[in-house]
Amino acid sequence: MLDGRAAVRRRINARLWLSGGWLALLAIVALLAPWLAPKDPLAQDLFAARLPPFWMAGAEPGFWLGTDSLGRDVLSRIMHGARIALAVALVAGIATCLIGSALGLVAGFMRGWADRIISRLVDIWMAFPPVLFAILLIAVLGTGLHSIIIAIVVIDWTRFCRVVRAEALNQSAMDYVASAKVAGRTRLSIMVREILPNVLPTIVALVTLEMGIAVIVEAILSFVNLSISTDAPTWGGMIAEGRISIHQAWWVLVFPLVTLFLTVLSFSQFGEGLKDHFDPVLR
Amino acid sequence: MSAFLEIEGLSAVLAGTGARLLRSVSLAVDTGEVRGLVGESGAGKSMIGKAVLGILPKAVRVAEGAIRLDGHDLLAMRPADRRRLIGSVAALIPQDPLTALNPSKRIGPQITDRLVDILGWGKADAQARALELLGEVHIEDPERVIGRYPHELSGGMRQRILIASAFAAEPRLIIADEPTTALDVTVQKQILKLIGEMQAHHGTALVFVTHDLGVVSKVCQSLSVLYAGKVVEDARVADFFAAPRHAYSRALLAATPKYTDPAASLQPVDPSVIEAVTAEVAVADREWIHGR
Repeated sequence: MLDGRAAVRRRINARLWLSGGWLALLAIVALLAPWLAPKDPLAQDLFAARLPPFWMAGAEPGFWLGTDSLGRDVLSRIMHGARIALAVALVAGIATCLIGSALGLVAGFMRGWADRIISRLVDIWMAFPPVLFAILLIAVLGTGLHSIIIAIVVIDWTRFCRVVRAEALNQSAMDYVASAKVAGRTRLSIMVREILPNVLPTIVALVTLEMGIAVIVEAILSFVNLSISTDAPTWGGMIAEGRISIHQAWWVLVFPLVTLFLTVLSFSQFGEGLKDHFDPVLR
Repeated sequence: MSAFLEIEGLSAVLAGTGARLLRSVSLAVDTGEVRGLVGESGAGKSMIGKAVLGILPKAVRVAEGAIRLDGHDLLAMRPADRRRLIGSVAALIPQDPLTALNPSKRIGPQITDRLVDILGWGKADAQARALELLGEVHIEDPERVIGRYPHELSGGMRQRILIASAFAAEPRLIIADEPTTALDVTVQKQILKLIGEMQAHHGTALVFVTHDLGVVSKVCQSLSVLYAGKVVEDARVADFFAAPRHAYSRALLAATPKYTDPAASLQPVDPSVIEAVTAEVAVADREWIHGR
């Protein structure tokens, strides 16, 4: 008495391969940047300023993607920038996910006063414009990597909270939750062992999306010079510098921009792909 | 010797408005007995089962009455003790097999988790028990099914698994909440037969919630007819079908379509009967409010 439903097999699709591949490459580069980077990202050489990328006339060997207006190697700076971007993405993404999901799960499953308090808090929170909120937080906390991470967590936990709450609310209405109650399970055990696994695909999709957002927020804050020290190689900082010399040296702006774009795109596509892949029910 | 499940004068109200959903319901189910709860939608059939199992919606509150399970007064117990007692002697066969299995868990753990986590069985014993039960509910190739996810199985199979799961810990009371409503007619018949078979084999007390009198005549020994949360008739099944006492019961019975003559036999309940029974409920309500 088995029917065809069991025979469905899912392949890992191109979307997952491409986005996952880019992220893996980025992770390797970030981990090994001090050894992989061809040049010192901070070394300035005004005689080698605004060198074009390797395929253009006037390029110098060793500076694959050219140099910026202070003669710093663009490729090396992008590689070192990946360290900061990925560190922010991982730490901020995971911390946001943990806090937001936990509150959302409690609100959606427990309902009652817990839900009322958490939901009102989310409503109030979301009334603040996020970028202004971030700048305000940085102003209060001071610049630095940890301030950026804290700012992202403080602002974005509501994103998880709302979605996870809605999912948990849905799941709690299912009969399997009633059966688990009858079976004598405690509320904590029902929440963690019955409901959480069903919300997990959504959380996975959200957490990767959030990592992409964290990369963007870090870039925005670097762009407006509110990130770490001006000298440090950040993608946002590079874009800000490249903007000034766009007419003389487009590569200083374009390469970090493309890297940023691909990274954010990969994060969101990777999350969606994982969600589809791990969801036990084809949706 | 008192019955295994006794409900006495149970009233449930909607928090906030104070509207009564259950109106002094009394009934008893003995070990090995199958009692049907019949009535229209909204008559409070499922609510009784939920009250017994402690899964009433948050907005519904028990206002008075007693529920005794195996001699223990459920409403007087501490919540943790109540949960433990219900978990060890009672089980639920839910209405909708499509949402009653956790979609992210394999079938095996859905049956065995309760045995292992709550009742402290060994893993191997629980696994063996699950296989044995799947055999009992006529699932072929249980070893294969045990590793499947719910969405890989048909509705009828899922309901069989839920039945197996309900009987897993040898509960002494099972509440079946319209277990066949979500299934198509041919599967319904098999599942009814299966529930009857399992109940007879295990000697469980069974409360069978349904709106189908035909089903009651097949599986139940006694029944309670509900209207607006009030028991209007409590009878043995044989007596009931021979001579229903209450006017509403008679009308309900008359409204059951007969396959021999569906067009002529499909009669709505007469409005005068509804009026009379509504008035009866209103009188009961006045007395109830007066008495408080």
